[in-house]
Amino acid sequence: MSNRFRLPLPILLPVTTLIAVAVLMTGCFSDDQSWRSKDISGLMPELAFELTDTSGETITADETDGEIRMVFFGFTHCPDVCPTTLQKLSRAVKDMPAEFQEETRIVFISVDPGRDTPERIRSYVDFFSERAIGLTGEEQALRKLSKRYRTTFGYDDPDEEGNYNVSHSGAVYVFDREGDARLLFRPELSVEDIRADLVTLAEESRT
Amino acid sequence: MSVAEYLIPYDFSPVTIAGFMLVLGFYGYGLLNMPEEDRPGSGRILVFMVGVMMCYAVMQTRFDYYSQYMFFVHRGQHLILHHLGPFLIALSNPLPVMRFLHGRIKPGIRRALVPLGWIYRFLQHPAIASFLFVGLIYFWLWPPIHFDAMLSRDLYWIMNWSMLLDGLLFWGLIFDPRSPMNSNALGYGKRILLLALVAIPQMVLGATIVFSRGMVYDVYEVCGRAWPMAPETDQLLGGLLTWIPPAMMSILGILIILRRAMREDGKITPYSEELKATHS
Repeated sequence: MSNRFRLPLPILLPVTTLIAVAVLMTGCFSDDQSWRSKDISGLMPELAFELTDTSGETITADETDGEIRMVFFGFTHCPDVCPTTLQKLSRAVKDMPAEFQEETRIVFISVDPGRDTPERIRSYVDFFSERAIGLTGEEQALRKLSKRYRTTFGYDDPDEEGNYNVSHSGAVYVFDREGDARLLFRPELSVEDIRADLVTLAEESRT
Repeated sequence: MSVAEYLIPYDFSPVTIAGFMLVLGFYGYGLLNMPEEDRPGSGRILVFMVGVMMCYAVMQTRFDYYSQYMFFVHRGQHLILHHLGPFLIALSNPLPVMRFLHGRIKPGIRRALVPLGWIYRFLQHPAIASFLFVGLIYFWLWPPIHFDAMLSRDLYWIMNWSMLLDGLLFWGLIFDPRSPMNSNALGYGKRILLLALVAIPQMVLGATIVFSRGMVYDVYEVCGRAWPMAPETDQLLGGLLTWIPPAMMSILGILIILRRAMREDGKITPYSEELKATHS
């Protein structure tokens, strides 16, 4: 008998409790509010940065307070993800009611300061939306900022022409008017889903 | 990057540094002050140190950076925290050192620590220990949980620490140096059974990741990779690391336990008079 697993009640009970708790805990992670994107409230720190804008001036996160900010890390030579994302964000903002458009800001942060000059970034973001601003900074400052939002970027070896690919986050981090991290747009999210969540967020933080 | 930059923590965690310093400090204090005859040999001390330093290295060096931004490196990190590191620590048998340190604790404090003993014994029940061992791997690799854990710094540290502590508990149970013949340690057969049992769900999980066509863990896509690598390659390597090395660790564990059991075969006299009577 001693060679077998015996499960007397005092042991069986905790085991079943453990399983029950594990199952119940999954409920804690489901969203109460019906966001179409990923709710990241409480998972990330509030918005903070000190970077250079397209006119070469230093800009901090506080200066954009009062707006819903959609932060996206990319680079202007990006062949696919960046143009698609900026296009989507710009369309979603355009589809919002006019009063909300004024309070929404697309923040494009270039993680390729080697090639992306403020002028280049300006013509890039202006092409997509008038609600977009472009920022960049020293690689060290960009590393610190991306680390804060649990993301990173890396550079491929350049080819003969000096072109190289940059790996970067494909997601958009959304901060509310107070600067709290609220939502995360995955790359595959549709324009309509982005618009709907932005409107919900704009309405919510107004009341 | 200079060598020093690879060695400094990517995400400095004072609790982690303090934890490792305390473990090494207490171990060193025990070694220096315990009676000669109980002191582990240099080989065992070396195995212990390698185990501890491996766990430290994957948590508080540049390795941690790659673990946060590459799925397969993350799987390698957990392979060390949950398997290899604790495997070596348990194999080095730090029990005499712990027994000596326990003896040095003031009786008042020792009494206060009694509830910890209850929790320990509860967690070391074979059914619970194996459930926790496999359950934690599945829990942290469940896609929505994994996503949150990689986004939140707090959850990330809870994940890594829970894997390390659970690894220590499980491998401590498996490589309990006491013989089941003359103590209440888990029988060798049961230890072998546990090792085989925990290997199966890990192999299933690893194979599922390897053979899934879509992206199971898109958080690395979302957060950006440490260097440009095809997501499929990253996922494939990560799946293989979840599948093959843990299964090999189980087999290695079984072989070690079998060797121990075979050595004891016929060597130990039955411990009770009653049993002796039945043998004669």
